[in-house]
Amino acid sequence: MKHIIAVLLENEPGALSRVVGLFSARGYNIESLTVAPTEDASLSRMTIQTTGSDDVIEQITKHLNRLIEVVKVVDLTEGAYTERELMMVKVRAVGKEREEMKRMADIFRGRIIDVTEKSYTVELTGDQSKNDAFLEAIDRSAILETVRTGSSGIGRGERILRV
Amino acid sequence: MEISKAEIASAALANSQRSASSVPELRGAEILVKALQAENVKYVWGYPGGAVLHIYDAFYKQDTIQHVLVRHEQAAVHAADGYARATGDVGVALVTSGPGVTNAVTGIATAYMDSIPMVIITGQVPTHAIGLDAFQECDTVGITRPIVKHNFLVKDAKDLAETLKKAFHIARSGRPGPVVVDIPKDVSFKKVPYAGYPATVEMRSYNPVRKGHGGQIRKALQLLLAAKRPYIYTGGGVLLSNASAELRTLVDMLGYPCTNTLMGLGAYPASDRKFLGMLGMHGTVEANNAMQNCDVLLAVGARFDDRVIGNPKHFAQNERKIIHIDIDPSSISKRVKVDIPIVGDVKDVLSEMIAMIRESSTKPDAGALGAWWDTIEGWRKRDCLKYDNSNKDVIKPQYVVETLWNMTKDVETYITSDVGQHQMWAAQYYRFDEPRRWINSGGLGTMGVGIPYAMGIKLAKPESEVFCVTGEGSVQMCIQELSTCLQYNTPIKIVALNNRYLGMVRQWQEVEYEGRYSHSYMDALPNFVKLAEAYGHVGMLIERPEDVEPALREARKLKDRTVFMDFRTDPTENVFPMVQAGKGITEMLLGAEDL
Repeated sequence: MKHIIAVLLENEPGALSRVVGLFSARGYNIESLTVAPTEDASLSRMTIQTTGSDDVIEQITKHLNRLIEVVKVVDLTEGAYTERELMMVKVRAVGKEREEMKRMADIFRGRIIDVTEKSYTVELTGDQSKNDAFLEAIDRSAILETVRTGSSGIGRGERILRV
Repeated sequence: MEISKAEIASAALANSQRSASSVPELRGAEILVKALQAENVKYVWGYPGGAVLHIYDAFYKQDTIQHVLVRHEQAAVHAADGYARATGDVGVALVTSGPGVTNAVTGIATAYMDSIPMVIITGQVPTHAIGLDAFQECDTVGITRPIVKHNFLVKDAKDLAETLKKAFHIARSGRPGPVVVDIPKDVSFKKVPYAGYPATVEMRSYNPVRKGHGGQIRKALQLLLAAKRPYIYTGGGVLLSNASAELRTLVDMLGYPCTNTLMGLGAYPASDRKFLGMLGMHGTVEANNAMQNCDVLLAVGARFDDRVIGNPKHFAQNERKIIHIDIDPSSISKRVKVDIPIVGDVKDVLSEMIAMIRESSTKPDAGALGAWWDTIEGWRKRDCLKYDNSNKDVIKPQYVVETLWNMTKDVETYITSDVGQHQMWAAQYYRFDEPRRWINSGGLGTMGVGIPYAMGIKLAKPESEVFCVTGEGSVQMCIQELSTCLQYNTPIKIVALNNRYLGMVRQWQEVEYEGRYSHSYMDALPNFVKLAEAYGHVGMLIERPEDVEPALREARKLKDRTVFMDFRTDPTENVFPMVQAGKGITEMLLGAEDL
């Protein structure tokens, strides 16, 4: 089961290392991890995507809470949430392909942010499955390079994560 | 008279200089000493080196903290650890950078696995040299991260006081643990204003829960009082919380059977009939059977370690309700699913339980309890710890421990141990009635702790008797500390159960590997008597059973000397009962006939 865990932690050197070290030491898996400061510069917010049984997720949450710098932990997948990931894909776009690639980008509401005679770089924002779908939809062999940020999550409505 | 602008300006400058100079400026090293003094630290075990020279200079200039120079950084951390286990105070060690830190790693991991409150100060290369592969540099924070409760690298001397305050607070609160504070050499040298050691510390990200949830406690009590076959299983957490008195009150009020883990021995008096002995891999028949067959289990400050529950599937076979009191939520439902978790400090929760029992009119089911005790007494009749002592020519290791116990049970005695068969025999045959007297490495199982633990405790408890029960393998791992014992006049008594084998390994090789004794025989052992004498101590060789008691008596009489007793014991003896790997806790091997 995929889980998206949001963590608020003190914005201190080594805090990220501690979280990653925890996962590797205990054999938990990190599918993706993204972290950045919040509107409060002393706090960082981390979104971790992981998979595991309910027992494993319970242990992960408890161990995260145990870390001294971690202020709060929320498993977003327990309730309604929104997930977004930024993806940039550099694709081959030569001759007739250019029209088709532009159409694909439009369908997925992506934007072309870089143009050369032979390539486009498409920027897409969406949940993981949408971004996966774009990569499926276009010609595999046209993909030159992809970079993804990993999912960031936020609770819907009144579900607010703050100190 | 007109005051000129220049005069006003210079008066203002003088004023501001005066208020700035009223806050003294101290070097980082001096701030460290002040912090340790403010935390009432009496002893620091350590070993100097380049990165900590300024700190050692500051130590030279003070006289409230006694520094003990060990002979290996591992022993510095072990000694501080042993001190912390025996007294409950935070143990403090000081080591230099690079090899000092790497030598200390074993000691730190040992303390981490048993949740012992410690602060380890490590020197580091100057801040401008970090990351440049400097002389004696290592990534201390990175290396120790998985084996500490927390660690800090102090980049500026102005942060030092607050960091140390946080370090001590983290070490001793919640679930205790070792905290490493890494201090670069330039930070220990730099002068900064020091307005005093912080009185309090606030950490929004760290607020351990003390009080248990009232509703959960009530539910737990309902379950406990209605039980037909109740059992109280307690561990190191009772000792760390200093809750031995509350545990005794609770067990005595209810009249329920009680067991301790290896780490919890002494929390409940072994001499009481309600104590069923230690449980687990080498636990008694009655303690293990009760664990399997109870219907309500109250777990207090214990973590359902794999040595205790045996095969988890087998453990889960029986229907029982489990109540778990622990200060660390991550310990609850980790290996075994629990029905009523209570997160809180053991002392606080037990006190509340006792108060609720006193107020309530519900009493335990006397009939069911009587029947349960009958069953337990039936198991006890197996007398699983009985051993054959009829051979007049060979010393049984169990006999040495029993004799020691008989001689010292009425005196304040501390027993430290190394790791292996001797450790299990010490745990089984020395019956501990008081908390914090049994000092051993349970979680990590580190060989070599015996002598440093003993010397750390003896320093703090000079009037008590301190015995180190060890094996000839373990004792050699920190044997150089015999020198420290002489320098600091900490006369300890070393009871070496010398069977010429790495006993526990040999036992497993006998049981699991069909007697293929791969590298478990110790050849070329030193003459321990001469070795002890070379270190300035008394050495004794004991080879016959009738000499065991006289030797111990003689050793105890030599109050001011460290005595090394080399007991040549029966190498064929195995620790029983034994739960083999993968087996259930009721599937115990009870003696040689079961092999």
